[in-house]
Amino acid sequence: MTQVVVRLENIAKHYDDQIAVENLHLDIFAGEFLTLLGPSGCGKTTILRLIAGFEMPDSGNIFIGGVRVNDLAPNQRDVNTVFQSYALFPHMDVFDNVAFGLKIRGLKNREVFTRVTEVLEMVRLKGLEKRSVTQLSGGQQQRVAFARAVVNEPLVLLLDEPLSALDYRLRKEMQLELKRYQRKLGITFIFVTHDQEEAMTMSDRIIVMNQGRAEQVGTPKEIYEEPVNLFVANFIGEINIFDGFVVEIGSERLSTRMEGHMFHLLNRRGFQPGRKIRILLRPEDIQVHKTRPADYFPSLEGQVEELIYKGSTVDLQIRLASGKSVYVTEFFNEYAEDIFYSRGQQVWLRWFDGWEVILPDD
Amino acid sequence: MTEKSFFRRSAIGIVFFWITLFVLIPNLLVIICSFLERDPAHFIRFVFSTESYRNLFAAVFFRIFLNSFKNAFIATLVCLLLSYPFAILLCRVRPSLRRYLLVLIIIPFWTSSLIRTYALVILLKGNGILNSLLMGAGLIREPLQILYSDFAVFCGLVYTLLPFMILPLYGNIEKLDIRMVEAAFDLGASRMQTFFRIILPLTMPGIIAGSILVFLPALGLFYIPDILGGAKSMLIGNFIRDQFLTARDWPFGAAASVILTAVMGFMLLAYYYSLKRFNAKLME
Repeated sequence: MTQVVVRLENIAKHYDDQIAVENLHLDIFAGEFLTLLGPSGCGKTTILRLIAGFEMPDSGNIFIGGVRVNDLAPNQRDVNTVFQSYALFPHMDVFDNVAFGLKIRGLKNREVFTRVTEVLEMVRLKGLEKRSVTQLSGGQQQRVAFARAVVNEPLVLLLDEPLSALDYRLRKEMQLELKRYQRKLGITFIFVTHDQEEAMTMSDRIIVMNQGRAEQVGTPKEIYEEPVNLFVANFIGEINIFDGFVVEIGSERLSTRMEGHMFHLLNRRGFQPGRKIRILLRPEDIQVHKTRPADYFPSLEGQVEELIYKGSTVDLQIRLASGKSVYVTEFFNEYAEDIFYSRGQQVWLRWFDGWEVILPDD
Repeated sequence: MTEKSFFRRSAIGIVFFWITLFVLIPNLLVIICSFLERDPAHFIRFVFSTESYRNLFAAVFFRIFLNSFKNAFIATLVCLLLSYPFAILLCRVRPSLRRYLLVLIIIPFWTSSLIRTYALVILLKGNGILNSLLMGAGLIREPLQILYSDFAVFCGLVYTLLPFMILPLYGNIEKLDIRMVEAAFDLGASRMQTFFRIILPLTMPGIIAGSILVFLPALGLFYIPDILGGAKSMLIGNFIRDQFLTARDWPFGAAASVILTAVMGFMLLAYYYSLKRFNAKLME
């Protein structure tokens, strides 16, 4: 089993009357890329600041490397932070910014020089040592902030939305770059973002946060394919949600009424008859047929209302007979050369048995 | 001429006229006067001479000059040491209290500083309030000779000039990004290291601005050493006034004025360039 580097035990934190973090339990393992994902104000940055030592928890314990650090100041904790707006020291050049932590620790000039040079080379800033940090581009500043933190070889690197100030292209680039550095350095990364795509791209594990609570912890795949509740399902990617009602249950399946048809779906969560449920389907899991499929599995009938051509996909908005809108994504591939539809066209929707997610209707 | 450009011209014109009349012409007169000869009967004789300047480099005047700079420097240092912690405090208290404290700093400006200096006499004199308090508390038996000492002069200078140090410092410290401090802590710096390596360099413009606003007036405020120092210590401000009013050596006083103005001008220039360099570093 991998080693736990950070353990949050029953952490709670309030600001005045506002709950920032509520009863959080979390183990973070050595070398993993963990992302705290959630809307603004969900407590993700607070967790980062608790680990860094800028905030004190109201209750609970924080362990870093097996040591309880509740009473340790930020400068005594073996973690470093990449701040949201970088917080580079404007009165120092690139070299001095990166060397700051090493000089504070009293390293010899020669070693400082070697290590700073090494890190600057890694982040492709060699030759800019004497440049003032205020003369750098956003991407370069981001790299300096990153270099300034990792040069200290911390046990854990905390990243507080470090890419949010960059434009789309640069952000994409930096995502892959950060991921590469993380693999190379083997340092545990705790990354905070509100961008679900960013979280999916980079993380080994994602924690979806909402109102101070961890809604779900899991790999990107688990979170995308098996969301445990509607918040997670809605927050990560597009999803279609149908209302259902369990009519009866069999040995493995339940029968539910949905959009005027009876469906027999796998009853993984053991729902009982009479229960109101929600049936969740990702847009790319839905198949579109131009003629009514002729087998026992029912299909949903609707009309194409909107067509959005996106290059690699075509997104369809389909209006069902009940008036409900369904989003469908169709990919271009060798089996689906015929995915062009016209507005108003009659279509039938189906999906592979078992790809749906069924959640209780709370 | 359109109405708008008439407004523009008259607005600029009035100010231009005002500054010419009350700043440029008097200063020119002083400069011209400093190059003339002394005449006991008519104050000045219209003969070109650099004698006044040559006299300035005499030992006596040089000592006065140095002494003034020393005094102004100490007053500035004391102001800085008192103001810096206070300015930090101002930035950290809750906003309602901060407004109240800022008003307290500004209130003394409502009274003439000359009157406030006389008020200090009442506080500091032999049977004054300070001595009465100290004796009442049993700390001293006999009244201390505070008035007419260098200490009293420093009290007066620091008291009068303190707001000029606090306000620029406050303006600068308030703008200091708290995340810089957090970043320094995060990188392992102690409170002391953070202060000396991050906070102090980043608030340097405020320190310099405040120091200039204190140092320059401290050189010229002649009535404070006069009233509180008992006119014992001759400072450059008193010296200039005495040349005009007592010794009636106008060219000599004018020359001292020109030198003082030139020194101040150089300091302002140095400040301007250092600030420009600093800002260029920060803003680019």
